[in-house]
Amino acid sequence: MPSMSETENPNNGAHPPSDESSSKTWRNIDEIAAREDFEDFLKENYPREHVIMRRSGLDRRSFLKIMGASLTLSGFALQGCAPSPTDERIIPYVRVPEEVIPGRPLYFASTMVLGGYGTGVVIETHEGRPHRLEGNADHPASLGGSNAIIQANVLELYNPDRAVEVRNAGNLSSFDEFVSAMQGAMAVSGDGTGVHLLTETITSPTVASQIEALQEAMPNATWHQYEPVSRDNIVAGAELAFGEVVNSVYDFSQASVILSLDGDFLSSMDGSLHYARDYAANRKVFLDGEEPEISRLYAVESAPSLTGAAADHRIKVKASEVELFARALAAELGIETDFSMDEAPWDSQTLTAIAEDLTANAGESLVVTGAWQSPAVHALVHAINAELGNVGTTVTYTEPVEVNPVNQTEDLRTLTDAMSAGEVGALFIFGGNPAFTAPNDIEFASALANVPFSVHLSYYNDETSELCTWQIPQKHFIETWGDARAFDGTASLMQPPIGPLLDTTRSEIDMLALMTGDDRSSFDIVQAYWEANYDGDDFDGFWRRALHNGVIEETAFEPMEPTLVADLAGAVGSYEAPQAEGLEVIFQPDPYIYDGRFAQNSWLQELPKPFNKLTWDTAMLVNPVTARELRLDTGNLAELSYGGEIVQMPVWVLPEQPEGSVTVYLGYGKEGGADVDAGFAFNAYAIRPSGNMWFGQGVEVSSARRSYTLANTQIELNFESYEEHPPVETASLSFFLENLDFAGYDGDTDKTLLPDYNADYAGYQWGMTIDLSACIGCNACMVACQSENNSPSVGKTEVERGREMHWIRVDRYYDADDDSTKFQPVPCMHCEQAPCEQVCPVQATVHSEEGLNQMVYNRCVGTRYCSGNCPYSVRRFNFLDYVDDTPILDELRNPNVSVRSRGVMEKCTYCVQRINSARIDANVENRRINDGEVMPACATACPTQAIVFGDIAESTTQVSQLKAQPHNYGLLAETGVRPRTTYLARLTNPNENLHASAEAESEEA
Amino acid sequence: MATLRDQNVGIPAEREAGTPGFLVDVISAPIFRNTPAWWWIGFTASAGLLGVFLFAVVNILIRGVGLWGIQIPAIWGVGIVNFIFWIGIGHAGTFISAVLLLMRQHWRSTFSRFAEGATLIALVCAGLFPLLHLGRPQYAYWLFPYPNILELNPNWRSALAWDAVAVSVYGLVSLFFWYIDLLPDLAAMRDKAENRWVKTFYAILSTGWRGDSSHWERLHNAAYMFAAIATPLVISVHSIVGLDFAIALTPGWHHTIFPPYFVAGAVFSGFAAVIIIAAGLRRAFSWQEVITIDHMENAAKFVLITGLMVAYGYGIEWFAAWYLDHEMEWILTIQRAFGQPYAFFYWAMIFFNVGAIQALWFKRVRRNIPLLVTICVGVLIGMWLERYVIVTVSLGYAYLPAAHEYFSPTIWDWLTIFGPFGLFLTLLFLFIRILPSIPMYEAELLASEEH
Amino acid sequence: MVIKMSQLFNPSVNTFARISILAGGLATAFVLAIVFGWQYSPYTASTGPSGVAIEQPVRFSHQLHSDQLNIECRYCHENAEYSAYGGIPSTHTCMSCHSQIATYSELLEPVRTSYATGEPVVWNRVHDLAEHVYFNHSAHVTNGFACETCHGRVDQMPIVWQVESLSMSWCLECHWAPEEYIRPIEHVYTFGYEYPENQTEVGLELIEEYNIHNLDRLDNCNICHY
Repeated sequence: MPSMSETENPNNGAHPPSDESSSKTWRNIDEIAAREDFEDFLKENYPREHVIMRRSGLDRRSFLKIMGASLTLSGFALQGCAPSPTDERIIPYVRVPEEVIPGRPLYFASTMVLGGYGTGVVIETHEGRPHRLEGNADHPASLGGSNAIIQANVLELYNPDRAVEVRNAGNLSSFDEFVSAMQGAMAVSGDGTGVHLLTETITSPTVASQIEALQEAMPNATWHQYEPVSRDNIVAGAELAFGEVVNSVYDFSQASVILSLDGDFLSSMDGSLHYARDYAANRKVFLDGEEPEISRLYAVESAPSLTGAAADHRIKVKASEVELFARALAAELGIETDFSMDEAPWDSQTLTAIAEDLTANAGESLVVTGAWQSPAVHALVHAINAELGNVGTTVTYTEPVEVNPVNQTEDLRTLTDAMSAGEVGALFIFGGNPAFTAPNDIEFASALANVPFSVHLSYYNDETSELCTWQIPQKHFIETWGDARAFDGTASLMQPPIGPLLDTTRSEIDMLALMTGDDRSSFDIVQAYWEANYDGDDFDGFWRRALHNGVIEETAFEPMEPTLVADLAGAVGSYEAPQAEGLEVIFQPDPYIYDGRFAQNSWLQELPKPFNKLTWDTAMLVNPVTARELRLDTGNLAELSYGGEIVQMPVWVLPEQPEGSVTVYLGYGKEGGADVDAGFAFNAYAIRPSGNMWFGQGVEVSSARRSYTLANTQIELNFESYEEHPPVETASLSFFLENLDFAGYDGDTDKTLLPDYNADYAGYQWGMTIDLSACIGCNACMVACQSENNSPSVGKTEVERGREMHWIRVDRYYDADDDSTKFQPVPCMHCEQAPCEQVCPVQATVHSEEGLNQMVYNRCVGTRYCSGNCPYSVRRFNFLDYVDDTPILDELRNPNVSVRSRGVMEKCTYCVQRINSARIDANVENRRINDGEVMPACATACPTQAIVFGDIAESTTQVSQLKAQPHNYGLLAETGVRPRTTYLARLTNPNENLHASAEAESEEA
Repeated sequence: MATLRDQNVGIPAEREAGTPGFLVDVISAPIFRNTPAWWWIGFTASAGLLGVFLFAVVNILIRGVGLWGIQIPAIWGVGIVNFIFWIGIGHAGTFISAVLLLMRQHWRSTFSRFAEGATLIALVCAGLFPLLHLGRPQYAYWLFPYPNILELNPNWRSALAWDAVAVSVYGLVSLFFWYIDLLPDLAAMRDKAENRWVKTFYAILSTGWRGDSSHWERLHNAAYMFAAIATPLVISVHSIVGLDFAIALTPGWHHTIFPPYFVAGAVFSGFAAVIIIAAGLRRAFSWQEVITIDHMENAAKFVLITGLMVAYGYGIEWFAAWYLDHEMEWILTIQRAFGQPYAFFYWAMIFFNVGAIQALWFKRVRRNIPLLVTICVGVLIGMWLERYVIVTVSLGYAYLPAAHEYFSPTIWDWLTIFGPFGLFLTLLFLFIRILPSIPMYEAELLASEEH
Repeated sequence: MVIKMSQLFNPSVNTFARISILAGGLATAFVLAIVFGWQYSPYTASTGPSGVAIEQPVRFSHQLHSDQLNIECRYCHENAEYSAYGGIPSTHTCMSCHSQIATYSELLEPVRTSYATGEPVVWNRVHDLAEHVYFNHSAHVTNGFACETCHGRVDQMPIVWQVESLSMSWCLECHWAPEEYIRPIEHVYTFGYEYPENQTEVGLELIEEYNIHNLDRLDNCNICHY
């Protein structure tokens, strides 16, 4: 196994090989090719590759040369740890790596980077195999919580689609060849003239130091940064307000009244995991004698966002009107700003009411805005927060987290111009996919042709790598040494628990080292940087703590007090009402595919989008009224023409979308993206001009007179739900305090003719509560569950049939009365009188003494009666063989959970494997399991800690205390199944004067 | 109308209608005659359809039940619908030969044989589906109790476990009943056959029946005994199938009316099937004088009566939904009848099972074979739809609105719907070709009594 | 009605008929017997044949090491106490002694090669539970359930074989009545342990002592299957 050295990879040989012939490891290709049984071996282990070989008609050797790397990825190199299907061989360690006890997981702190900003994660490994990611509780950007992208990132590591070989002009090459070519290209000009470096946003101190070194060595080498989801507006806004670039850090735990002006702090803002935690903490109601208080959230938004869904008041306006709102509010608060508004697009009292509320709570109010709002809005928000005296309490400013905060769009333009002018001799592109993501008026792709020597360090073979002369496969962060800063400046390290799966891969740091002729390993470079910047006497301890805690101590930035520019009104200029007629188009990063970089990640592709539960595709969001005007309906294919460019998009009619504007999501239509297989490429970048990166007016939408199948997981999105016991019980806090037991069914459900399960049992009784006031609908729990429990992705056609395999789903209900969106996570309820158990003819699902509703896969014959009898429809069935048998994916699976075969029912188990291991540990140590010691994957992942799990027999546990709360209710309790999973009603805190008016309106309507 | 003599070649010239042995000749004649063209055509056609069905079955077994359009929550589809449908078809046979035997309804005798035959064949069709519908058919035997190293037994609280027992018992009893009833006729065939091999064939089947008085005595005792056993089974089998749904919590299933309502429905569709087959035989063998128009009319009356019971069942579903006073139950009932995309199925069902059969109040309709057959075909369609509406549509409207899914059939669903008719007809054609479709001795008895 | 008799068969057919009926019955009984015999037979157990010694690349004798040299199980299978897996000793463990003792023995050639090349020794699995069964060694050995109870007198085996069937019913024997099999912790690694006359009481006391609570749950499916 050349790619895994003993020391780097403790799991070398931890598992038996899949058969004798493959149990030996190969030193070179010829050795494999030499095997007599080669064909059969290939056929049975790598059918896909076998077919390719047949078709290509290559001889073994040259075939292996070409396929080599991808075979390596699909398991050749990993034979030593491929799990054993049938054979009876055991392979022990030769030397047991330190700390490794086979059968017990190890955890490593590391840092995942997205958009340049780092989030602390913990990597769980089994016999050295990274198997899942969790948030790192010690890291400020995570606090233990995580989101769907973090959870799904471990799949990226093993993704069979990832780039595997060094290519030169599309032909297979080697890294050595690249090195010589590069030295040639750079030698052309000693001072680095014509040498350009294009990276994504950089916050890593080490990388920064390397780039510095590069620029010292080559003074004329230039460094550019570009990301399609840029912070240009934030940067520009800060400069407007303060004349300098600052980074805003919010403290939602202090904020009792929050106004979001398109500032989606719950999901898409930097540090949103931290913010969501603080926000939710202020929204949970726990009656302990004192008068409960919860914060109030107003959301002025131009596109559906989780923040808007969580808000007590959602004001839907066009994106261009948000600035108008900001100015009007500023004026209301006595900040001078220039605008004219003949008729407000929002209900008249709203603004005044909000203004009053904010001023009433001056000092503990907070106004935020997002990356897609104009610099003016950002500047005004800074001013407003200052005016309200929030600076220092709910808002603090620090130096920028980015090493070099530039206007990335302009930066890319400069580079492109240089390229077209032929001034670029050597271009190094690290990460990103600018050929695909560049604004449509910046001809980056075509300009690439003028660059004689271009390198793309990338994770997939994408549009950019196709066009570059060289392509180097990139390391996954789990394979990398490195560092990054979080939203508040805190720096943390990346440490790889395994060696790289492929010896062809390189990291940014490796590449920069190569360019600067630095021959140290990436580990040495990172460590050396921090050693140089450490001014204590115990560096080893410092370093060990940094690795262990996943946070480098004392690296968070100090707060600073920037002063507002004197003439703010002048700075923000006057408000130009949008000139162009017609609809407004809004560009947003996809909630899961982001800017397109996760398009090959099947977990994220199959994860239902929060609002329309759409999978495997993107759709343009249109408000029902607008849709009627345009004669469009969900599932139609529409043509968007904007700035002369035309792109087709499927339509989704969604009430949350404001009238008069359409939202399109970036990232789809990417080459190799799973969604593209259908032959459609819904590429929003094609109509995204550099002038209007986030929104613009005058888009024309017309029906393409075709329909397009969209696979979504919830067909009844606007179902008139029941009156008596709505699934999501909702009330304002004030109403709740007057009617404590308003939620749920209060009849007696203990009466039953059925034999009760062992009720006098003295042991643990597991139960769960889900706080609907805290659930923001981010779907992190769904991916966490999928990764913990080896749930397969089933693909678009199967989802279309309604066969998605998520054990926990997040239901979405839209209430037309008060235009609110409600989310409800639904795992198995582990009913005490479980209907599924009555009807299984073979006892494949039975109750455990601890109150778990057990599903025994190996006993299941697949009558599916249990599912038919489940009131919550939470059971999942393997209709076909859903297990992806690509060998590499075996490494990803959780060894403590069976992989289910075709024809078997499955469902949420409360992560019984975790309960069991905790019980065994407790048992070995002769103690009881402590509260919070066992947590199912959904609970650990939840950024807002809405999901609480524990022993309900013990009255002191958190879960028991929550279940004792008056707003705790059982879903469908009236059916008498006595669910163990219960919900805490969704409590809101609407502004009374606004609430009244809203009701009045709804009655008029 | 041509006389029997013209058509039934091979009836000895000295035999006169009404004389003893005449009916034996009439009934056995077709079997010794050369195979007619219509038989070959019909047989080949059905065998072809059977072939298609087998193709579908093999595919589903190899590739999994996922080939069907079933999903969460509509987890049961055509497989279960067909199972109930075919069990239902099977009901008339036993009902006629057992219940009517105990009630001394002699006119039944002409129907009993082929009705019973149809029952067995229908049971074969029905028996396929519980297996085919399983996710892991290879473990179907886990539904039966047997000593095993897992120390596990079936879950006796589950109606499916009861089903497994009930259906297999029903099948066995019907088989024995039918076979015992066949003995004298097999012997008669043996005696009439000229060809030695044919003779041997019937001889073996007739297990040395010599027609002693002792034989006859035992035959009658056995017949009545089996009738006594079979009668409760007629009720139990479909009641238990009904319980599969009644014991469940699912809206649209959770009704105590189901067992009786299912039995009525079964006999309803069963009689419809019998009438269609009888009409066919009359025409094919010109047995107008054997299966008289009165016989047909009696059967038609049964269709009407049981049809009315079924209609009552539909009524009760609405009442129960209202009386149960559970929001979701009510929403479901409304949705099933008026919600898209299922309203069509519901009203088609009502039309065939409640509307059309009202015509049978009129004697003229009952005695008009083509019209009668048309109505009965309608009943079969209607009853299939009824099961579809109950099983799949109800499941689709789960408790939680967010979980709703609509069932959309795949090509495999269609093959599974029509394929079984291939199996059914193939076996039926073989049956009428090889065995006397009407009990000759009873027919003789009947004739002699009438004289 | 008159039925004329034809001499189709001679009388012997009657006896034949009777015999065939009898034979039919016997045949069915026989088939059933085979089927049940099959599932209980150790040779067809899903866990592999029990009672059959499995050849190993190195002729390692537990009898020698465990019985004669009296080396405790944990010396080599050190994970049994901490982990689900009992653990196969690493080459390093073997060499820790065999770099001094029997250094040139023919038998140890594979071990030395492994040590030199870093290529692990490939042993043949003797006890192989089905994929869907999760057995945890630490949970058992730390609660007074001995190696011997499941693995038999390994100390008497020159070459190891599987003693018990490892079938579900066999597991349940103990999970339904642990008091019959539990023994004091200090005897977990002893072989040939003699259970006392009053094992049941002793057992129940030990269960109390080792906090093996709530025996009812020991036959829950999720104890082994998840």
